[in-house]
Amino acid sequence: MSGAGGQVAVAAREVRRHFGALAAVDGISLSVKQGEIFGLVGPDGAGKTTLMRMLAGVLRPDEGEIVLDGVDVLADPEAAKARLSYMPQRFGLYEDLSVDENIFFYAELFGVERKARKTRAAELLDAAGMTPFRRRLAGQLSGGMKQKLGLVCALIHTPTVLLLDEPTTGVDPVSRREFWGILYSLRESGVTILLSTAYMDEAERCSRLALMHEGRVHDCDTPARLKQAMPGVLFAVTAPDPRAVRAALQDAPGVLGALLMGDRVNLRADSAARAPELAARLHERGVAYGDIAQVEPGIEDVFVALTGAGAA
Amino acid sequence: MNLRRLLAIAYKETLQIWRDPRSLAIALLMPLMQMGLLGYGVSLDIKRVPLCVYDQENSQLSRGVVNRFTSSDWFRQVAVLQTDRDLRAAMDHGDCIAALVIPVNFSRTLYMTGQDSLQVVLDATDTNTANIATGYAQGIVAQLDADLNANWQGAHGETVRGVGTVDLASRVWFNEGLDSRNFIVPGVVAIILALVGSQLTSLTVSREWERGTMEQLISTPVTGLELMFGKLTPYFVIGLLDAVFCLGTAAFWFHVPFRGSLFTLVLTTALFALVVLGIGYLLSVRIHSQLGASQIALMLTMLPTTMLSGYTFPLDQMPQAVQAISWLVPARYYVTILRSVFLKGSSLWDMAVPVIALLIYAAVIIRAAARAFRKSLD
Repeated sequence: MSGAGGQVAVAAREVRRHFGALAAVDGISLSVKQGEIFGLVGPDGAGKTTLMRMLAGVLRPDEGEIVLDGVDVLADPEAAKARLSYMPQRFGLYEDLSVDENIFFYAELFGVERKARKTRAAELLDAAGMTPFRRRLAGQLSGGMKQKLGLVCALIHTPTVLLLDEPTTGVDPVSRREFWGILYSLRESGVTILLSTAYMDEAERCSRLALMHEGRVHDCDTPARLKQAMPGVLFAVTAPDPRAVRAALQDAPGVLGALLMGDRVNLRADSAARAPELAARLHERGVAYGDIAQVEPGIEDVFVALTGAGAA
Repeated sequence: MNLRRLLAIAYKETLQIWRDPRSLAIALLMPLMQMGLLGYGVSLDIKRVPLCVYDQENSQLSRGVVNRFTSSDWFRQVAVLQTDRDLRAAMDHGDCIAALVIPVNFSRTLYMTGQDSLQVVLDATDTNTANIATGYAQGIVAQLDADLNANWQGAHGETVRGVGTVDLASRVWFNEGLDSRNFIVPGVVAIILALVGSQLTSLTVSREWERGTMEQLISTPVTGLELMFGKLTPYFVIGLLDAVFCLGTAAFWFHVPFRGSLFTLVLTTALFALVVLGIGYLLSVRIHSQLGASQIALMLTMLPTTMLSGYTFPLDQMPQAVQAISWLVPARYYVTILRSVFLKGSSLWDMAVPVIALLIYAAVIIRAAARAFRKSLD
């Protein structure tokens, strides 16, 4: 452990990585403090996985510096690997080995003592709700259980930094809650967690977020401050045909963006005073709608507003 | 190198082999099958050539001649022919490979003039067999000739003169029976080991890449050397078990005489196993697909090992360029060693050249395999 909270656990400076002509990671700088749950948010292709791999020391950046728990990852990747745990996006455990055998394997690779392994495995499996499945082959576990097993294996050696690449993709809500339960208790014990996610509700649980788009970090702050920083205000317009509403309003004066959200449209406007104007425009065009109400923006709205990325 | 991590890899790999029917089949069934197939199927000796007998005379002497042919190990009588037409039909149908024709006045002509000819008709579509059968027939006739001479002289009251002809007494060493099985079976063992060894390890690293387990594995402190030796250990044990099975079969089932020391045999076998396992591992590290790696391993071992190891095809009969290539085939050295240990009882010192060649081979392959592994996704 590297002392009191507030110390930098993961620092990346001007990290770049190209694949052919494509700049997958195009000059990213980050600083994650010890004990944070730091989220990387962005669509597929934003460079989250590439960045994660470079932080984990399994992929070399073309340029830049990465310091993890005081260790220069590029100069001494093996020393860094002893302190971190990395869970790749694709399930990386052995499907033809049982839950216990996978845990044993990773415990041995990290040199965990036998006694410590037994108590820790029991604790972690219990927290993950997996104790009854210890003898089951990993390949026969559900998607959620596989991810939890991945987390258990990643945590068996008590890392100081935990890197999780989209750990809850394809995981059912109950397993996700258990998963996050484990993450929160880890944070309390001082483990730094860096995870990437495509789920916006999950992003809101992070202490800080980096909004990634096309290989760059657009903004980096706490979820609350990111929301505050969003220019303009947000209206939710419910309607039987949200597409018609979007078509009618997306070019209206003062409207900065429109995002379809199922049975409603989230409209970002430059001022709260625009509401009557918007209602009048819908009347004028004969578009049916239920209600126009100002709402708190979610991370998705913030993301769209700040990166200028189009949304479905 | 950390022994604990190495053992963890070895243990994990063992569990995986045990649960993977494909690996198990290669490890256990392939040697059994090949040993049976090659051990029995490939024999250069031709025995019990099917023979048709067309005895036109049917006298005491002619029956004696037939008896000389059929009582030998080399011919077996399959039919008795009565007419020329029968002879033609029997050869056409392939009922026999050789036909013995005794002319109608054989004994009379022989007693009158002191000489006559027997005819042996051969089906030479398989020239090799025909050649060998000719040799056998000539041998039998020569013996007959000698016996008749002795009888003739005895019967006519003439003193038996001193040995009139030079008798060539040849003596064959090491493989006294000139039994080609003794020569081939040790070679078969080398082929099986080369095939099984390289096949098994060709899957081991490529499987991790293919199944996506490598990414997590390289994020741990495990080193390339630990991974390599950890993965090779269980396959080395399997390779040695296969070798024990094959060599045991050679000695106790095929009765290939074993005259060397067990220590020499085990040591050289272990060395050869290391070479072939290393080749498979190197391919597996280089080629990230199981299918690709195992196909190339098969290509690199099967043909060169059968053609260029000298196991049946004599190397000194090949063109210079091909002979030069054969120096690159590790099985060549192992075949030489096995034959020497089995048939000659050679010591390590006697076989210094092939043993050192294998040592160098092992060192080069293992070093290349160790260097080829990159702990990175690049």
